Amino acid sequence: MDINLIFRIAGLGIIISIFNMVLKQADKGEQAHLLTLVGVVVALMMVVPLINSLFQNIRGVFGF
Amino acid sequence: MEIIKIIGLGLITTILIVIMRQQKPEIAIYLSIAAGVIILTLVLSRISDMIDIFQDLAAKANVNMLYLGMVLKVLGITYVTEFGVQICKDAGESAVASKVEFAGKVFILVLAIPLLGAVFDYIVKLIP
Repeated sequence: MDINLIFRIAGLGIIISIFNMVLKQADKGEQAHLLTLVGVVVALMMVVPLINSLFQNIRGVFGF
Repeated sequence: MEIIKIIGLGLITTILIVIMRQQKPEIAIYLSIAAGVIILTLVLSRISDMIDIFQDLAAKANVNMLYLGMVLKVLGITYVTEFGVQICKDAGESAVASKVEFAGKVFILVLAIPLLGAVFDYIVKLIP
C-alpha cells in the first residue's frame, strides 16, 4: 500500500493550519473556519475511497 | 519482512498525528483512519492465505462448509466492528463507539441463532 496518502493528509493539515494562523492574524476568522471545513472535506474525499476498498477486500476475504 | 514495514508506518503516522493533534484534531482523525486502513489491508492478504488453509483443513476433516462460513463471517464482523469502534474511541466519542460495538454483537448473535437452533434440535434428539 502507499504511505503517500498519509503524507498527503499530513501536508494538507499542516498547510491548512498555517493558512489558518495567517487568516486569524488578518482578522478573518470566519474564512479561517471555512478553510478548515474545506480541508476536512478534501481529506474525507481522500480517505473514503480507501475505506471503500478496505470494506470490499474484507467482504471478499470473509465471504459476506 | 512485512512487519518492519508496518511498524515504520505506525511510527511515522504516530509522529504526524502528534504534530497534527495540537493544531487540527479533525485532520489527525483522518490520519489515524488512513493508517488503520492501510495496515489492515496489508494484513488482510495474509489472513486470506490463512483462511484458505483453514478451508482446506475443514474439507479434509469433512466439516460442513456452512459452519466454517459462519465462523468466518463472525470473524469479519468482529474485525470491521473493532476498526470502527477504535476510530470512534480515538476521536473521544466513546458513546458512539459503544453503540457500534453493541450493533456488532447483535449482528453476530443474529448470525449465530440458526446454529443455536441446530444445537437444540440435536439435544432434543438425544433426549429419549
